[in-house]
Amino acid sequence: MPPKYHIKTAEVPSRFQAITRSGVIAWEEGCLKCSRCVKKDCVYQVYEKRGLDARQMLDSLDTACKDCFRCVQGCPNRLIQKGLNPEYKALGDPYWTPEIISALWSQAESGRIPVSGAGYGGVFSGSGFDAMWTDMSEIVRPTRDGIHGREYISTSIDLGRKVMALEFDADGRIATPMPPRVEIPLPIVFDLLPWSPPAGQITQAFLEAAQALGTFVLMRQSEMNSAVERYLSNVILYADGDMEDLNDELLKNLSIVEIPDGDDVMEVQRLVKEKNRKTIISIRMELGPTVSERAVKLTRDGAEMLHLVADEYGREKGENPLFIKERIREIHGVLVEEGVRDEVTLIASGGIAMAEHMAKIIICGADSLGVDIPLLVAMECRVCRRCQEGIACPVELEGVDPVWGAGRIKNLVAAWHNQLLEVLGAMGMREARRLRGEMGRAMFFEDLEREVFAPLGRKV
Amino acid sequence: MALNKDGALYPKPRRMPSRFRNALGRHRITIAGACDNCGLCLAICPYGVYKAGSKRPTVIAEHLCLGPSCSENEFYCVSRCPVQAISLQLNPSFELLGDKRWTADLLASTWHMAETGEIPYQGLNYKTGDSGGGFDRIRFILPKQSDAETPDKAISTAIELNRSGDNRPAVAIPLPLYLGGMSFGSVSIVTMLARVRAAAALGTFCCTGEGGYPEELIPYDDHVITQVATGLFGVREETIKRVRIVEFKYAQGAKPGLGGHLLGDKVTPAVAAMREAVAGSALFSPFPFHSVYSVEDHKKHVDWIKEVNHQALVAVKVSTPTDVDMVAVGSYYAGAHIIQLDGSYGGTGAAPDIAKKNIAMPIEYAIPKVHTFLQAEGIRDKITVIASGGIRTAYDMAKAIALGADGVCLGTADLVALECIRCHHCESGRGCARGIATTDPVLTKLMEVEWATQRIVNMYLAWQRQLFDILKRLGMKSVTELVGRFDLLAHLDYIKPEEVDGELA
Repeated sequence: MPPKYHIKTAEVPSRFQAITRSGVIAWEEGCLKCSRCVKKDCVYQVYEKRGLDARQMLDSLDTACKDCFRCVQGCPNRLIQKGLNPEYKALGDPYWTPEIISALWSQAESGRIPVSGAGYGGVFSGSGFDAMWTDMSEIVRPTRDGIHGREYISTSIDLGRKVMALEFDADGRIATPMPPRVEIPLPIVFDLLPWSPPAGQITQAFLEAAQALGTFVLMRQSEMNSAVERYLSNVILYADGDMEDLNDELLKNLSIVEIPDGDDVMEVQRLVKEKNRKTIISIRMELGPTVSERAVKLTRDGAEMLHLVADEYGREKGENPLFIKERIREIHGVLVEEGVRDEVTLIASGGIAMAEHMAKIIICGADSLGVDIPLLVAMECRVCRRCQEGIACPVELEGVDPVWGAGRIKNLVAAWHNQLLEVLGAMGMREARRLRGEMGRAMFFEDLEREVFAPLGRKV
Repeated sequence: MALNKDGALYPKPRRMPSRFRNALGRHRITIAGACDNCGLCLAICPYGVYKAGSKRPTVIAEHLCLGPSCSENEFYCVSRCPVQAISLQLNPSFELLGDKRWTADLLASTWHMAETGEIPYQGLNYKTGDSGGGFDRIRFILPKQSDAETPDKAISTAIELNRSGDNRPAVAIPLPLYLGGMSFGSVSIVTMLARVRAAAALGTFCCTGEGGYPEELIPYDDHVITQVATGLFGVREETIKRVRIVEFKYAQGAKPGLGGHLLGDKVTPAVAAMREAVAGSALFSPFPFHSVYSVEDHKKHVDWIKEVNHQALVAVKVSTPTDVDMVAVGSYYAGAHIIQLDGSYGGTGAAPDIAKKNIAMPIEYAIPKVHTFLQAEGIRDKITVIASGGIRTAYDMAKAIALGADGVCLGTADLVALECIRCHHCESGRGCARGIATTDPVLTKLMEVEWATQRIVNMYLAWQRQLFDILKRLGMKSVTELVGRFDLLAHLDYIKPEEVDGELA
């Protein structure tokens, strides 16, 4: 058994006070000066421990309050109320919701998975990733306790091309040329950001975290500089510029190079491999209706790894865009039908916002996935996208301390890793590799609705 | 007490107002300084919103106020006040309450039922939440004309739990519901006792959950289901022998496949003694049963319980995986009398959010899948199907039955009756700030057993009222006629109101 993969976490406090869903509104006027004020009786002592953040002029009351309503219901003159915070509602957008953003913040701060009492309180289902449920196994499977460690669940996956059969020479030695392969301990790579403030410090935080976690950061050719050098074993270079500009020395030190798809992409792959045959080539493709066909062709032509990219909302290009999960299901299915699925590695990127999305996109057929915006949110990004318009970042991401940022990202990834273990454990699986394409162990909204709800009320 | 067709005696509702000074409602009433304390508002309000005060009347129950819709009444205090001192507004805190599944309206109407035993009149939606799917999009198709004159006592809401035809006793319950497991430790002894006492008063059952069988429950043995779960906490031969129903908990809907976890803070000396564990250290209930790897192993467990207690019925509680229908069949052949399907959106003291939202299917899908599959196997009449995990209202209960369950099992609704506000912080620190899900000695004192028992009884009496009304509208004499009547339900996403022959409710 390989050494157990464990991500060390430690509380990494926020630099700014979090934007909370609600606030306490307490009037002084009309106060009866009771001998024992309800504020003194707060179970969480939020009034006694109250403090004001001078820089932001924010009251600690709102972050500490847990909405028990005891004071609201206890004050004899009803001077205490709770109100929704409009700033909270304005966070993000309908995809990157305030709930997702604040859950990412707390995971990045604590490294712990979100746990709560009293059952689920959300919508029945929704679009995209919210239109599926994952399976569980009642009894028949190995015992497990993924988090508390009695039985080990591996989240490692492999990047690169696999050979389907070995050939041996007369002396019994393996004659099949072995393509390069890299194992990463969890199925996440850090993808290119759709937007960000000037990224120097941010990239340093990514690299620092990726090195500690044992994974990769995608970096553009133009971002390569001397500060990146000591992290080269954790870099996937995205060679989107002129191939001539890439120095051979750099290529020798990289285990994965990503190239954009194009007419002569296999020729480019050959050229890069000429410089370093140990390099895995990943082909970056924008998702769309013709990708499955293209994926089959590239795989037959010798592609090693396909990086399938949707936009930040998980949508592909073109009219009537499919959501990433549907398109990945199709591509995976076609590759399976064509008998070439196991030869190539699929990475899916775009719209991965929560740990559950990670598990679900793997179930839909990806080997691994790219994460982008959540890494910024880990460092307190509010998904306001002002940086896209050149307006100053409200949480000063451009000046972030890379060590602090890496700590936050490690916490977030640790929480995601533990949540993946929860999903795998519930399904009775001990390997993330085996989760890939296990659509029979998932329940899809459209199937269940068709089977169960659509016939209701019809006379048989 | 009223005697009904089943010969069951029902307790009467008794008014049990909020434990807190200001009950939460949709409206907020203020009386301005101009008030000359004439007492008119006090005299005309039929809902008891005001109480006499020395300077001016005090607003004591704004949650009972009808709100602006009262303006049509001649007793509308706002316009009748001679000095226009009364103002009526929306309560700003109200919109903060609840969530998509348990909306502010559902919370407030449950509190209303628990306080009064009656269906809310304030215009609150007490039937559905706002989750956008499942129960919240399913409606009954009720005939436009129906015989509403049938007296309640001509209708039976009772169900039989032992349908197996074996030689064990028949166990009928007068309402198609019993109360689900909440362990001592996850909730206070007051909460636990109140639920068991309410179950006894209603003639039904309440499950102990996995945390032992506190001595305080012994007087109610006949209404207790004791649970055997994977940690086997507090399971003893004598506790198995004491009861009429023993429940195996294989999985829990809210954290399917994950087992239980009682945080160290909640393991007080009393809890530890009950569970034969060490105070202050977290307790894990592992997953799965480490001695069950097949249906044969499962049968061995069921046989073991049946051998220890020759009279008991055996219930099996499972979650809702893709193959939940097969699991139900397996449970039947292993000898279970009751299969409890626990859907993924149900309550719990603490569970990972990823599990609650994503793992296993909502109960609304699982019930008809299991019902239809058991029918096809020819064994539907031999086993009792109980649905739980996401049943919030009387309407959810009735819909679950029409989808194919014989009855339902409740948990969160009881806690809401006890004024749980669903802040979702059951697990943190000293536990529930409202004294329900806590073992903290001070917080536990926030609630009295008598009050809590009656609140739960009141709520279920209001549920029974609604069930009576539904059955009458459908022209049914027994709730058992409602089981699996898919033709009486409509899902608003797939059927238009004009396509159905009747009224959607």
